[in-house]
Amino acid sequence: MLNPKLKLNPKLFNEDVESSSSRKGFGIGLAKAGEKNKNVVALCADLTESTQMHIFAEKFPDRFIQIGVAEQNLVTVASGMSAMGKIPFCASYAVFSPGRNWEQIRTTITYNDRPVKIVGSHTGVTVGPDGGSHQALEDIALMRVLPNIDVISPCDAIEAKKATLALVGSGKPAYLRLAREKSPVITTEDTSFNIGKANLLWIPDIGIAEVGIIVTGDLTYEALLSAKRLEEKGTKTKVLNLSSIKPLDEEAIITLAKETKAIVTVENHQKIGGMGSAVSEVLAREYPTLMEFIGIDDTYGQSGTPKELIEHYGLGVMGITSAVERILGKKKGD
Amino acid sequence: MSFLVTKKEIELKKKANEIRQSIIEMLYEAGSGHTAGSLGMADIFTLLYFHILKHNPKNPNWVERDRLILSNGHICPALYATMAHSGYFPMEELKTLRKFGSRLQGHPHREFMPWIENSSGPLGSGISQAIGMAIADRIDKKEDDRTIYCLVSDGELNEGNSWEAIMLAGKLKLKNILVIVDRNNIQIDGDTEEVMPLEPLTEKWKSFNWYVEEVDGHDFQDINNAVVKSRSVYDKPSVIIAHTIPGKGVKDFEDDYIWHGKVPNKEEMKMALKELQKN
Repeated sequence: MLNPKLKLNPKLFNEDVESSSSRKGFGIGLAKAGEKNKNVVALCADLTESTQMHIFAEKFPDRFIQIGVAEQNLVTVASGMSAMGKIPFCASYAVFSPGRNWEQIRTTITYNDRPVKIVGSHTGVTVGPDGGSHQALEDIALMRVLPNIDVISPCDAIEAKKATLALVGSGKPAYLRLAREKSPVITTEDTSFNIGKANLLWIPDIGIAEVGIIVTGDLTYEALLSAKRLEEKGTKTKVLNLSSIKPLDEEAIITLAKETKAIVTVENHQKIGGMGSAVSEVLAREYPTLMEFIGIDDTYGQSGTPKELIEHYGLGVMGITSAVERILGKKKGD
Repeated sequence: MSFLVTKKEIELKKKANEIRQSIIEMLYEAGSGHTAGSLGMADIFTLLYFHILKHNPKNPNWVERDRLILSNGHICPALYATMAHSGYFPMEELKTLRKFGSRLQGHPHREFMPWIENSSGPLGSGISQAIGMAIADRIDKKEDDRTIYCLVSDGELNEGNSWEAIMLAGKLKLKNILVIVDRNNIQIDGDTEEVMPLEPLTEKWKSFNWYVEEVDGHDFQDINNAVVKSRSVYDKPSVIIAHTIPGKGVKDFEDDYIWHGKVPNKEEMKMALKELQKN
C-alpha cells in the first residue's frame, strides 16, 4: 500500500489522476524562489519555455539572463554571478548542460566551490520523438562523479518544485534532473522532501517485504504500479524513492537491503554509472545484496512515444515485475 | 586608478624587476611550471596590484574591492609573486609553489588560497566568469563602483567558450568589465598564427561590439593610459590587447616558445637573476 505517513496522492491509481512534468514543477518552484529570495537569478541557453524558466523570466526580467545557444558560457557566467552573492539557476537540456559543458562545471563551479544550480531537462528516453541525440542517459553519471555537488532527481512535479526551493538554501553546487513528459503526480504538498533523504513510498500492508525496489525520477510511477500488481499476485515489496542521488541516504538503502535481501533499481538512465551503481557501491561495501538493474543497457535511445520507448527498453511495469520475479528466483535458489 | 607620474613609474619598474626575480626563484624551486608567460605578464601584474586595482591586502575579502579574474591559470607564478610583494602572504611562502600542502597550487585553487577570485587552469572560461560578476554588479546597481578585470592569454582565444563570452558582453554592453589579452604570439605548439591564426584580432573584438585599445604590454604609461581611457567608455565592454614579450627580462628566455612550459635549471636561474639584478 502507499505509505500513509507520506500523505501521497490518494487518487494515484485512479484513471483521472492528475499529471504534470517535473520541468513544470521546477518552473513554478523557481518563480516562487524568486519571490522569496532576491538573490535568485536565472540563466537560460535559448530554451526558456522548454525548461519552464519563462515563468521566472516574465516575472523577474531584470534577474533573467538570456545566454543564447552557448552552454559553456551558461554555466561559467553563472559561476561569476555566484561569486558576487547571486544564487544562479541555469537551465538547458541535459544533453547540452551538463553534457557539453562538463569541464566548465567541474572547474568553475564544483572545484571553484560556487553554489550554482545546474538544471538539466529532457532526461531519459521519455523525451520521445526527438530521438536519441536529445535523450540524456548519462547525466547522473557525469554529475555524481564530481566532488562537491548534490544530485537531485525528483519523482514528480511537486517534488521538483520542493527540490528547487530546497536548493536555493543549500549553499552548494547542485544538479537538478528533470523530465520532459507528464507523469502522474505521486506526492502532495504535505509529503516531506529533504536533500539526502529517501522516502519509502510503498510498503506491504502487513509483514516484511521480499524485494526492495529503489527508483528515481519519472519512472517512479511505473515502480509503484509494479508494486501494486505484484501485491495483487502476492509478492510483497517496498518502493524507495531515491530522489536524492547525492548525498545518498545510505541508511535507508542498507535498511531496505537487510529486510529484503534483494534490490531492484529502476532509472531512466544508463545502467553504467547511474543511480543503481550508486546503490550497489553502498551495498557492496556495507551489506552485499543480490541486485537487478533496470535502466538503459549500454546503448542510445531512439524516436518513439514515451510509452513505446519505456516498453522497448524494459523500463515499465513489465520490465520491473519480471526483474522482481527474476531476483526472487535467485534469492530462493541460494 | 589615475595617471602615472614619472616617480611612480620608476617605482613600478623596480617592483616588476623584483617580482621577476621572485618568479625565477620560485619556478626553479618548484622544478616545473610556466616561465615565459609569467615573466611576460609581470609588468601588467605590477601595474594592476600597485597602481590600478582597488584592493586591500590586509583585508582581502573587502567587499568593495575590484575583482581580478585570471583566466589562464598557468601563469599563476606571476600572480602569486605579485600578491606576496603586495603583502597578501609572506614572501617565504613563494618557495612552496607546486609543493604538497602548499597554498600555491600548480594552477590556482581557491580552496587552498581563498584570496584569489577564481580557481583556474583549463582555458577559455575566465571572460565568462568576469562577465557573470559584471552582470551581478549591474543587477545590484554597483556598475559604477568597481571594475571587473580579466586577464586572458592569446592562445585561449582558440576556445569557443571565450567567444561565447565576448558575444554576450557585447550584447549586454557591459561597461564595468576590462579584459587584458596577453598578446605574446606563442602557445604550446608554436606561434599562434601558425597553430590557429587570431589576426585580425582587434577587428574581431570590435565586430563583437567591444572598445579596443592596443598597447605595448611593457610600457607602464601606455597600459595605464589605455586603462584610464577604457574606464570612460560607458556603452561597451573594453579590451586591451597588450603586446608582450614572452620571457621578458631575461634575454635567453625571450620570444622562444620552448620556455612556455619549461623552468630554468640552476645555471639558467643564476644567469637570469644576475641579468635582472643589473637593471
